[in-house]
Amino acid sequence: MRITCPLCGARDLREFSVTGSAALLNRPEEGAELPEWDDYLHNRDNPAGPSDELWYHSGGCGAWLVVRRDTTSHAVLDVRLASEQKT
Amino acid sequence: MRFNALQILKQGLTGNRGWAPQWRNPEPKPEYDIVLIGGGGHGLSTAYYLAKKHGLTNIAVLEKGYLGGGNVGRNTTIVRANYFLEGNSQFYSHSLGLWENLEQELNYNVMLSQRGQLMLCHSDGQRDAFARRGNAIVNQGDDAELLSPEGVRALVPYLDYEQLRFPIYGGLLQRRAGSARHDAVAWGYARGADRLGVDLIQQCEVTGIDIENGAVRGVQTTRGSIRAKKVAMVAAGRSGQVAAMAGMRLPVESHVLQAFVTEGLKPCIDHVISFGMGHFYISQSDKGGLVFGGDLDFYPSYAQRGNLPMKEHVMEAAMTLMPMIGKARVLRSWGGIMDMTPDGSPIIDRTDTKGLYLNCGWCYGGFKAVPASGDCFAHLIATDQPHEAASRYRLDRFKTGYGLMDEEGTGAQHNLH
Repeated sequence: MRITCPLCGARDLREFSVTGSAALLNRPEEGAELPEWDDYLHNRDNPAGPSDELWYHSGGCGAWLVVRRDTTSHAVLDVRLASEQKT
Repeated sequence: MRFNALQILKQGLTGNRGWAPQWRNPEPKPEYDIVLIGGGGHGLSTAYYLAKKHGLTNIAVLEKGYLGGGNVGRNTTIVRANYFLEGNSQFYSHSLGLWENLEQELNYNVMLSQRGQLMLCHSDGQRDAFARRGNAIVNQGDDAELLSPEGVRALVPYLDYEQLRFPIYGGLLQRRAGSARHDAVAWGYARGADRLGVDLIQQCEVTGIDIENGAVRGVQTTRGSIRAKKVAMVAAGRSGQVAAMAGMRLPVESHVLQAFVTEGLKPCIDHVISFGMGHFYISQSDKGGLVFGGDLDFYPSYAQRGNLPMKEHVMEAAMTLMPMIGKARVLRSWGGIMDMTPDGSPIIDRTDTKGLYLNCGWCYGGFKAVPASGDCFAHLIATDQPHEAASRYRLDRFKTGYGLMDEEGTGAQHNLH
């Protein structure tokens, strides 16, 4: 599996680590109710197919990336900077 | 047909033409008391214990592929009861007890081989942790022996004891642990459940779960709709998709775990051995192949295969621990879909929908759990009360933070287990 970092180009899987679903970018507001936090921290859509995930280019530029990847084939469909995704 | 020595002799002398199929292949009925979604190890054992212990036989097991075609056929067949935490320890203790009587119970040779499982430690801290874990296991009523480096060397002389990077400080041995034949466990429970009247329906994928007024009414399948008073989801790595049909999001991420087998060799590794300084564990199958595995690839996956970096890590760890393995050629590798929970422990619980039950989150430890998972899940479905050995496997423990079972002590968070 190779991931094309928008800043560094195509790099080996070993340069990256994954944190989980890109839904982690949508952190609940301060003072949100417990069920909302539980959903954010623990529950997952866990899709079989295209999935947006939060990856970190730890062995490269240090950028956080949103990688759209097919979990049934490992095909990388799209890579964007998380900073652009969030705004 | 019961298996016994006389049968084998008789069939052998008459050309083995008298063996009958081990289970029926029935058409689904329009209605059952209980429908189990998933015909793997856990689903089949649940069906068996529902029929055997609770006398409930109007049951269907729906399997989208073939029986035992998922993780129960894709694991590394280790059976052990060496967990540390309250909640896990009594559950796996119960499971090992059921394993030890399984062949008599099912009249089926599951090839349980209690060859002993040895975990190695490589530092003072790790040895202290093993001493503590060993005491917990003994207190639970199971067996554990803390071995000195000399004790380990006497048991398994072929490890690399000379290297300085990861010296072997000792090991924790559980003699009652070992391995079993993976397919036979699924087949044995399938045959047992079928003989008690359970319908095992293959090539039948569930496409919807019918819920009315907060209570389950049945399921939609590729072979028509089936009404049911109770529906139980036991779909391992695919639990997320099944639960979504009931409008649920689970605290589960599906990951890939790889395993490997070498060409068949003469007997050389008599135990199950796990390395403490890298992700590597190994045993030898009855066919002679060295069966070994490592850790997750650590990205969500349903592909049932992994990538090369983890393969490389596992091979490096293998060569570090037992250089002799370098002469063996790897025959195959494969991956299974692990339903990972935030704390690394499973879920056996009711849901907010009346009559809908959930069994999932076995992470990378589902095989050894097959008997107790079935027993405890059957108890829950039949009585609506949790079995005492599985009372802590609650779905709401992540929400409340109470009763988390994080064996590794890394935190109850996805991607840490």
